[in-house]
Amino acid sequence: MALELRNQAVNVNEIVSNHGTERHHLMNIVRDAQDAFGCVSGDTAKAIADAMGIHMVEVEGVVSYYHFLTRKPSGKVTIYLSKGAAPSINGVRELTSVLEEVTGSKFRKSGADDAVGLEWTSCIGMSDQEPAALVDGVVITNIDADKAGSLVAHLVNGGDPKEFSTETGDGKNSSDRIHAMVNNNIRKKGEIIFGDRIVGDAIRKLVAMEPSAVLDEVKNSNLRGRGGAGFPCGLKWDFCLKNEAANRYIVCNADEGEPGTFKDRVLLTEQPELVFEGMAVAGYVLNAEEGIMYLRAEYEYLYEYLLNVLNKMREANLLGCNIAGMDGFNFDIKIQLGAGAYVCGEETALLESTEGKRGEPRDRPPFPVSNGYMGEPTAINNVETLSAAARIIEKGADWFKSFGTEKSAGTKVLSVSGDVERPGVYEVPFGITLAELLREAGGENAKAMTVGGPSGKIVSSADFGRRIAFEDMATGGSMVVFGPDSDILQIANDYMEFFIEESCGRCTPCRVGTTLLTRHLEKIRAGRGTKSDINYMINLGKVITGMSRCGLGLTASNPVLSTIENFSELYDGLLTGEEFVPIHDMDLAVRIGREIANFN
Amino acid sequence: MTEKPKVATASLAGCFGCHMTLLDIDDRILSLIDLIDFDKSPIDDIKELGDCTVGLIEGGVSNSENLETLREFRRKCTILVSMGDCATSGGIPAMRNTVPLKECLEEAYLNGPSVVDGVIPNDPDLPSILDRVYPCHEVVKIDYHLPGCPPSADSIWAVLNFLLSGEENLELPYELIKYD
Ligand SMILES: Cc1cc2nc3c(=O)[nH]c(=O)nc-3n(C[C@H](O)[C@H](O)[C@H](O)COP(=O)(O)O)c2cc1C
Ligand code: SF4
Ligand code: SF4
Repeated sequence: MALELRNQAVNVNEIVSNHGTERHHLMNIVRDAQDAFGCVSGDTAKAIADAMGIHMVEVEGVVSYYHFLTRKPSGKVTIYLSKGAAPSINGVRELTSVLEEVTGSKFRKSGADDAVGLEWTSCIGMSDQEPAALVDGVVITNIDADKAGSLVAHLVNGGDPKEFSTETGDGKNSSDRIHAMVNNNIRKKGEIIFGDRIVGDAIRKLVAMEPSAVLDEVKNSNLRGRGGAGFPCGLKWDFCLKNEAANRYIVCNADEGEPGTFKDRVLLTEQPELVFEGMAVAGYVLNAEEGIMYLRAEYEYLYEYLLNVLNKMREANLLGCNIAGMDGFNFDIKIQLGAGAYVCGEETALLESTEGKRGEPRDRPPFPVSNGYMGEPTAINNVETLSAAARIIEKGADWFKSFGTEKSAGTKVLSVSGDVERPGVYEVPFGITLAELLREAGGENAKAMTVGGPSGKIVSSADFGRRIAFEDMATGGSMVVFGPDSDILQIANDYMEFFIEESCGRCTPCRVGTTLLTRHLEKIRAGRGTKSDINYMINLGKVITGMSRCGLGLTASNPVLSTIENFSELYDGLLTGEEFVPIHDMDLAVRIGREIANFN
Repeated sequence: MTEKPKVATASLAGCFGCHMTLLDIDDRILSLIDLIDFDKSPIDDIKELGDCTVGLIEGGVSNSENLETLREFRRKCTILVSMGDCATSGGIPAMRNTVPLKECLEEAYLNGPSVVDGVIPNDPDLPSILDRVYPCHEVVKIDYHLPGCPPSADSIWAVLNFLLSGEENLELPYELIKYD
């Protein structure tokens, strides 16, 4: 034991010195420790804290926050199986029992003794090829019983997850540095994001313009944020610019955590240069020298590839010093990996995480444009927003505005999954109707779909004539389609479980309210609900929406509220006529108590 | 003279703090008894519950006796109020909900450092403990919730006056529902 500990201490010191002892390295340090030891135990946390000169509680606080950091090992190697609506449609429930059988482990109950541990994880961004799982950062897609069996056999024999399969996906997924079985499934290319281009065009065009002219062009394009909230991009940059500061930062939000979206994954695979050029455009406008891409842990399989792209861009003088031959235009990009937390996609939580802390949302205001990364003005944009910005510089605001509708310029890249014949990525002009999209994807007989993931709305076929646009149905792009046989309230229930899981727990309405809503929904689904439960849920939903600190709480009631709105007949059909039915079976509560206390 | 409305109170799994605060309405209690008759309540020791206009419940539901009392109050009171945080949310007693009941009992009656020759109580004359502590509104329909640990005497006073007035919408002033 003592020897083991000492070895561990040596290793920890090595890990820490690889990164540095400043606080913002903590995230990378604990990630490396998790990789090296299969967990970050109390002893490891203590050793890290000592080496960094901080309190152990700070290390444990970070470890306990993120899904892929654990205090105890969960199997010698762990399969993280993705759960959610798309996995359910593609048979993850049956797969669960297969996996438990072949591994002999149990989900959520795996420990150090299990050769192969089993854990759930929220959507890993593979909804178009579910069931899917992560093993040591390696993505396994389209898992059926056979594949599950051979994967487990491979792992039990000590096989490297990377060597499990030689199968590779389409496009650059088969390139040396990615080599993953992931498929892009690009079903429809639009002009803007997936249009043909030559790497560097945006930057070459950029340096011929004044920064203020670049900003005007972006403003004129009416480009709005593609991450969900739809804030005008040019205005955000303008606010950021107006805050006097020695340093400004550009952050690319590649956390893509909304269940059902995967378009950023495809963009990062096929068009990483475009994304990085978009960051350089922002850097040029804001006179920022440093850009950070926050990449979700689930996309770690792209990390090396992206680093290599960055290197190539530096070699081509598209990043680094005096970019494209322009004196004084210095801009470089680093990549920060996450560790599994949906809320880290929220911009201020993302900043906390990038600073090496627990990714808890900050109070806003102040907004990142004035107090962002390290307290400096920071512009945070989604992967797709930045890509569009680069294209706007290449081709002009007027060209950009020639796509889409008056209030929603450009195209939107949608992630389509669920009960459709052609799941994948569709770049469409804003303004298309849900029905048109369903026709393209082969999902005409759908009875419902999710627009914008769990945090968006579940709509019925009555709404299929509505348009995807900021003036009608805004969406970050998660479109999950539900066929005629789907159980809509089961889906709402699954979405609520997602929010229970992902709430950071800081605000009581969000932490407790999501559970209360879910329990009432379950009560109704069990046929024990009353009209008063519906009123209670609507009121509670309003409290959660109005009293939460960040956007997660703001939208966490949507699965319930939107189904009450759009599928009231489903609820009504399940209600009992009684005035009040307790949520619990109180006779059972008495019985359990009596049994445990040995009452006769 | 018409009969005065009746008010009953009960303390379930609570600390009696809410009842103590009820007494903190001080001399207003004299106006109160002009207005109402107290039915079953720890402050008068009446044992049988009659039909009442208002029932005030302190504490959550932790054992079978709490459960019966609460159900009886629901049957007999026109308006039932959860008074205080234990009643509205389970409060302090509900902290045991985070530990499985078996472990709670074993720690309290068998393994605790001060226990000698311990035994988990199971006398049939005792109320039996429930698996968890429940807030009142998860067990019966509750008409009003009065938060606070305890709610202030002024807010209890205001609520009683409102309920007895038969008015429609209760709006407590901000000072009475501000807790920091
Ligand atoms: C819980 C939560 C998760 C979010 N996840 C993401 C995400 O994964 N990617 C993203 O771009 N924006 C996400 N956002 C929105 C960001 O906070 C922010 O608005 C966005 O990155 C701004 O970029 P944009 O203006 O280019 O859209 C999330 C917001 C919330 C509240
Ligand atoms: S709303 Fe929810 S996720 Fe957001 S800060 Fe509050 S508790 Fe955390
Ligand atoms: S709410 Fe407070 S005062 Fe009232 S019973 Fe509970 S602990 Fe005691």
